Amino acid sequence: MSHAAKAPNRSTEQRPIEDCRADFPVLAQTINGEPLVYLDSAASSQAPGVVIDAVAEYQRHDHANVHRGVHTLSHRATDLYESARDAVQEFIGAGRRTEIVFTRGTTESINLVAQSFCRPTLGAGDRILITHLEHHSNIVPWQIVCEQTGAELVIVPIDSSGQVDPQELIEKMDDRVRIVAIAHVSNALGSILPLTEIIQAAHDRDIPVLVDGAQAVPHLAVDVQALDVDFYAFSGHKMFAPTGIGILYAKETHLEAMPPYQGGGDMILEVRFEGTTYNELPYKFEAGTPNISGAIGLGAAARYLASMGLERIAAHENRLLAYLTRRLAAINGIRLIGTASNKASVQSFLLDDIHPHDIGTILDHQGVAIRTGHHCAMPVMDFFGIPGTARASLALYNNEEDIDRLIAALAKTQEIFA
Amino acid sequence: MSEKNEGKAAELRELYRELILEHARSPRHFGKLKDATHSAEGINPLCGDKLKMYFRILKNGRIDAACFEGSGCAISVASASLLTDTVIGMSTADALQFFSAVISRLSGRSTTSDDADTVIDLGKIRALEGVKEFPSRIKCASLAWHALNSAIHCNDQTVSTE
Repeated sequence: MSHAAKAPNRSTEQRPIEDCRADFPVLAQTINGEPLVYLDSAASSQAPGVVIDAVAEYQRHDHANVHRGVHTLSHRATDLYESARDAVQEFIGAGRRTEIVFTRGTTESINLVAQSFCRPTLGAGDRILITHLEHHSNIVPWQIVCEQTGAELVIVPIDSSGQVDPQELIEKMDDRVRIVAIAHVSNALGSILPLTEIIQAAHDRDIPVLVDGAQAVPHLAVDVQALDVDFYAFSGHKMFAPTGIGILYAKETHLEAMPPYQGGGDMILEVRFEGTTYNELPYKFEAGTPNISGAIGLGAAARYLASMGLERIAAHENRLLAYLTRRLAAINGIRLIGTASNKASVQSFLLDDIHPHDIGTILDHQGVAIRTGHHCAMPVMDFFGIPGTARASLALYNNEEDIDRLIAALAKTQEIFA
Repeated sequence: MSEKNEGKAAELRELYRELILEHARSPRHFGKLKDATHSAEGINPLCGDKLKMYFRILKNGRIDAACFEGSGCAISVASASLLTDTVIGMSTADALQFFSAVISRLSGRSTTSDDADTVIDLGKIRALEGVKEFPSRIKCASLAWHALNSAIHCNDQTVSTE
């Protein structure tokens, strides 16, 4: 567990975590004649029935455009969409619903901050601070804004375990740094960054902090007010919701000061050819008809996660991760990539000199789905001097049997390549 | 072992035939060709496979030497290794015809309108045909061949095609 995470008691029901596997219909199938073992939730997680049903119910009974019509369906769609925003606000402990902006996902959320918050004030000599373990979505938007403004991207190194030394990061926070943009949890390595310490040090120097929370929200209790983070970005599809929907949480004072990211319908109060008045928050940042069904799915996923209790989910996954790591480490010829002491949900590895794609194919043949490749974190691969890894990632629906199946399938892989 | 499991195991053995594994472990003509006349890089950005193919093509259009370097999975490395073994001594015209036949046989799609693709004897390259059962791996097997095609075409002016 991250010491950055507060522990609000959001869990009312106390269903055993082990029971929730049955909530995910996709898991009840065979792949290549074997029961599916899904160990790729860090790439995209599966959806529980309540999320699938919420989206289907909306499409079947309540669909219309939001914030527009006077008719019944439009009211219903608007209510569902806005109540999803409330669910997300509660899920991450935001102070105001106006601070929850629906986006297409983490990537769009980060691009929005780079372009609307940073670009207008950045200039030559300014610096943006990121770390070596970032996902491409927390690298490339900053490279683009640096190119546009002449600012410089500064990279904080990682150690051989795949962790960032907060002191090293803090030392780089000089008076030219305009924003610190860091992951909460590394997607390739699983390292949990010590956010509280970093954010506090940044604020002592009046530097705002953006956190890429894509890999954190389905695994850890996140409280944006306790963290005092300026921007927190995440995606629906990593937390059991559909693809194409995500969130930018931002402090209201920042959102007020920022120009719109995109122009269009819904983000305006009044449009005249002489000039346009923008809508209030958060609609100023939601141009065009939004992904209504995706937002409703995300709201349902947030409620589902809260009902299971993030603390219990984290405890379950930590037990599983410890078991996974122990079983993997016992294999002859294994090399674990990402061995930080504070980790969540993922374990990357290499096996003998077998290329990760070959591992992935042989595992899939036995019904075991993992991710192979560079995990959209090529600088991390360069750091370890490898082209890619095999990565098993966990979610609340996984169990020890899944891990046993993975281990057996890896033995089969070694047999073929022996 | 059940019939189902035997069938599955056979499919995997088809993909990872001994010849493939052997070429993946000890690729032929691995390294840079210093006096290459033609070269091309094959990159699979989604997976990170990266192979550079080098060819020395004589004035009469004959491929005199072929080498490759880079990193990739067993299928892509074995395919590149088998490619070098196969095209050395071929004319570029024959190599291009071979390329077309390989792609059509691996993907099950013909790249030309005639049936020449199905007539050519692929020889050792037949060992790659196991990928047909593994759609996501077809691009691994064909990567080096696309690089060959690109290397020959991008240097079109300097190559006599007989």
